[in-house]
Amino acid sequence: MATLSTTAAGGQALLGRSWLALRRVRRAPVIPLAIILFMVFTAVFAPLLSPYSTTTPSLADRLTPPVWQEGGSWAHPLGTDALGRDLGTRLMYGGRISLLVAGFTLLIGGGLGTAIGLVSGFFGGRLDAALMRSADSTLAFPIILFAILLVVTIGPNMANVVIAIALVLWARYARVIRGEVLALRERDFIARARVSGCSNLRILVFHLFPNTVNTLLVLLTLQVGWVIIVEASLSFLGAGIPPPTPAWGSMVSGGREYVDTAWWVSALPGIAIMLTVIAFNLFGDWLRDTLDPKLRQV
Amino acid sequence: MQRYIVMRVGQSVIALLILSMIIFALGRVSGDPVIILLPPDATKEAEDLLRASLRLDQPWPIQYWEFISNAAQFDFGNSIKAKRPVLEVIGPKVANSVRLGLAAMVVTLVIGVPLGVLAAVKRDTFFDGGAKLIAVLGQSLPQFWLGIMLIQLFTVQFDLLPASGTGGITHYLMPAFTLGWFVAAAIMRLLRSSMLEALDGEYIKMARIKGLPEWKIVWKHTFKNALIPVLTFGGTYLAAFVTGAILVETVFAWPGLGRLVYDSIIWRDFPVLQSLVLMIAAVVISVNLVVDILYAYIDPRIRYN
Repeated sequence: MATLSTTAAGGQALLGRSWLALRRVRRAPVIPLAIILFMVFTAVFAPLLSPYSTTTPSLADRLTPPVWQEGGSWAHPLGTDALGRDLGTRLMYGGRISLLVAGFTLLIGGGLGTAIGLVSGFFGGRLDAALMRSADSTLAFPIILFAILLVVTIGPNMANVVIAIALVLWARYARVIRGEVLALRERDFIARARVSGCSNLRILVFHLFPNTVNTLLVLLTLQVGWVIIVEASLSFLGAGIPPPTPAWGSMVSGGREYVDTAWWVSALPGIAIMLTVIAFNLFGDWLRDTLDPKLRQV
Repeated sequence: MQRYIVMRVGQSVIALLILSMIIFALGRVSGDPVIILLPPDATKEAEDLLRASLRLDQPWPIQYWEFISNAAQFDFGNSIKAKRPVLEVIGPKVANSVRLGLAAMVVTLVIGVPLGVLAAVKRDTFFDGGAKLIAVLGQSLPQFWLGIMLIQLFTVQFDLLPASGTGGITHYLMPAFTLGWFVAAAIMRLLRSSMLEALDGEYIKMARIKGLPEWKIVWKHTFKNALIPVLTFGGTYLAAFVTGAILVETVFAWPGLGRLVYDSIIWRDFPVLQSLVLMIAAVVISVNLVVDILYAYIDPRIRYN
């Protein structure tokens, strides 16, 4: 009798759980995911999707409005900029730049921050205090200034933009991962790993790190948007990827002079930034609620 | 407490020193100024003469020492663009940036605080959803783009507000709003979650049992406690304001420090740029120091951590 009721209860719990799982899937952010996939798709296949070059000017076509407006044509569905370059094409290639910068920055900055967080939380003591103090200082410093300085002195190119943003990005990872490690370190499985003769390095890499992956995934997703905005801001200020390479930020900047006659030149790259950032933020919010609800404060 | 203050002051000084070293090093790796300043056909003697007069022939440690002792006396050299001492270029801009910053702070508080509280009190209602929308947009709209779109709407289309420069109160509206919204979004989200946590506390149940009016429970008992976690991020907000000010002042041609940062990027005016970075960093680090000490004074748990 007793076994029967436990199995029944177990069955119910299982049913409840799968129902929950189902609800979760249903609540998955379909629209943000669609936007992200669309951006990635157009960025990857840009050369196949458009016959135009991103840099060759075509002065006869300059400032053609988008197709839905008077004077627009299907030759340039999203219109052209002041040099007659197809805006849609430049947006797709600009998406490439944004996604590449975000990818590399998160890889380097997130990797560095995670390593520091693991070491800091695991060893503790003075090292921990010093590392966390530096992380706090980095977080409370208007780091775009530092990025500007770096890019202006060493030269504006993609590698320097990535390095500059990564130098800022590590701090949040270090803080959050360290917090995780502090809690994990006291758990039984770490003590057992130690008893069975694991070295510190082995515990860090094979026992602690895998347990922080959920948190890491959430943080990475939530920060794609932030990196895209910082990169666009740097490009807008002329301290990012230099023209004529199409970056969304410098495209907004290039359209500023035509705000009263050709709104689309500035507006469309901005809309691209906004949609991408919102999509990544909403997707990240959902991922956090699903994988790691305790990160809500981050 | 004394020990804590000494420690925090020491850390701030070290942070500033490290930053000054980085700035100094960046100034040296960016290329030989002598080659940039002289015409390409200059003689070796002219090169040496200029190098000596700029004291670039001295060893690095001596150069660094001169750099920071000059900086401590507010001597930052001459601007490349204006050909005047950097301090004369920076000085007149400070007040403009402070004024814009204060206006933006008012916007932040007016939007952020009521909406954060409302979203928590009316959780999962229309108000909560609306506040969330405002927060998501505030954090996802690039400020430089938002500014341009506001100009497009309110200056070009409706001809209501001036697009650039300083002047009357109408000049403040668009820049202050653009600058304030981003931080307002952050405050709103934080305040909402810390209000929700505080509303869950035993002392709130007690207040309800006592029969206190709801407004008193929300504003006097919950809000005050919920504010503490929000205030800890003071330094981060300041950093966000500085970052935003560079973009917003650029878009609205506001004659402040942010616009000066932009101009010195365009002109590659390194003396101005390095001084701005050093001075802004000194201000930010000092504000953080004061906030931390005040915080430790209010909350003893921090001192012993």
